[in-house]
Amino acid sequence: MIDLPINSELVRNILVRFIDSEITRAGYSRAIINLSGGIDSAVACVLAAEALGPENVLAIRIPYKTSAPDSLEHAQLLIDQLNIQSLTIPITEMVDSLIECFPDMSKTRKGNIMARARMIIAYDQSEAFHGLVIGTGNKTEILLGYTTLFGDSACAINPIGDLYKTQVRQLAVDLKIPQVIIDKPPSADLWLGQTDEAELGFTYEKVDQLLYLLIDHRYQPAECIQAGFEEKFVQSVIDRIQRFQFKRSLPPIAKISSRTIGSDFLFFRDSGT
Amino acid sequence: MSINIALAQINTRLGDLSSNLDRHLTIANEACQNGADLLVFPELSLTGYSLQDLVPQVAIRPSKEDPVFKHLLQASLEIDMVVGFVEEDARHRFYIAAGYLSKGEITHIHRKVHLPTYGIFDEKRFLAAGDTFRAFDTRFGRVGLLICEDFWHISSPYLLWQDGADIFLLHSASPGRGITDKHIGSADWVETINRAYAGLFTAFFAHSNRVGFEDGLYFWGGATLFDPDGKLMAMGPYDLEAITYAEMDLNQLRRTRTRLPLLRDERPELVLHELGRILKHD
Repeated sequence: MIDLPINSELVRNILVRFIDSEITRAGYSRAIINLSGGIDSAVACVLAAEALGPENVLAIRIPYKTSAPDSLEHAQLLIDQLNIQSLTIPITEMVDSLIECFPDMSKTRKGNIMARARMIIAYDQSEAFHGLVIGTGNKTEILLGYTTLFGDSACAINPIGDLYKTQVRQLAVDLKIPQVIIDKPPSADLWLGQTDEAELGFTYEKVDQLLYLLIDHRYQPAECIQAGFEEKFVQSVIDRIQRFQFKRSLPPIAKISSRTIGSDFLFFRDSGT
Repeated sequence: MSINIALAQINTRLGDLSSNLDRHLTIANEACQNGADLLVFPELSLTGYSLQDLVPQVAIRPSKEDPVFKHLLQASLEIDMVVGFVEEDARHRFYIAAGYLSKGEITHIHRKVHLPTYGIFDEKRFLAAGDTFRAFDTRFGRVGLLICEDFWHISSPYLLWQDGADIFLLHSASPGRGITDKHIGSADWVETINRAYAGLFTAFFAHSNRVGFEDGLYFWGGATLFDPDGKLMAMGPYDLEAITYAEMDLNQLRRTRTRLPLLRDERPELVLHELGRILKHD
């Protein structure tokens, strides 16, 4: 039942055409990606370059002073491999000017500011480069709410949001992403030594198997436990999914009129195209 | 008797009747040039699928005067065709409809009976359901039309079969989902059941499914034609716009049914009797 492997060729083909379709129908031909040096943005970049042509993809590297030095190098490896356009815009100054106002600021607040500063840079380049921002959040992190709202989650379209992290890894291998990017531990790189799996308290491999049963196959919690997952782990994952529902929804609008945006004024974004 | 069928797996512009109409006319012309007698477009081919609040804006009261239908009917002088659209009735109910057009006339309109309203589908929220399955005569023989979800209910083709349909024309806007390490799960299922129906009803079973994207939804194409032996006669590519041509040798109906008289031996009166008993118990 835990059948996570995907047909990479088929998925690649769908996602490339998805990017092309959604960008061109919105009236654009170019895309911007915040290239972190990690696997998710690397995969999104390869797909975008194939869909739009390398000259139409702008990868931005947005380091903060505590970012791991190899993040920049790994991003550069991919920029060179794909021959896409690139920019490097450090955010230390803009982020620090806010952080310095609050001397006792928590790590989480600082991390959120960095993620949102990167969003500002990406959206500024969206206007400057006349392209749309491509999201790089995967299904695992979206479900677990392991994102910064209006930060790294902000985008115009997201090609990889229905792929679990382990499926992104599989796709990365098949897309010939540099091995060093595939092999390194996933990290939001918001502070030194941060890794996703240490912060979350479990591995992607393990949680993806559980999510696959819970979400894709609609298993009851008891059935997941029967399938071999610890009760505490199952419950903690279910709690996380529920707690972060707000990160996956548009803000509710209080209904006053006879027709309200989002509840009974309903159109697909692609309407008319 | 043989007929040449063309299955047009096209992309559509969502809510843009005039652009979709142009595409229909271009394809009708092309299919005609290539010798096709019958052309099947996908579900909602004139409007696109995920209409939501666009439904009333694109709804049509089909007639010879209607600005969209008059062009299609004109084209049908050269080639029979099945088109997908939103039909508005006299009392302003909106249906997903399939129209069979031939020789300048609307031969038949089928209103989708089974409206999926689960998972990614939300049809009942915006649309009314049809309430009949009727086979009808064409210049090629008796035909039954099915629209997408109709096909998932075995009673739909069964009723058409009993009403005399020898040629089943199914059209869909089927979103791809359930991709594993092999294939698109939804496509596998649809193909398997198309083949099963062709074999079970010893009839021709054609499927025309659209391609393209609407927001995140992806339509996979892959038109198929199965003959009364359940043999795959033609298949369109996945994902790409294409017109798939195939020849239907209607004599195959006789050959297959002589060998395998499932139609002769079917017991519809038994079905009726038993269903009467079963429903009374409710």
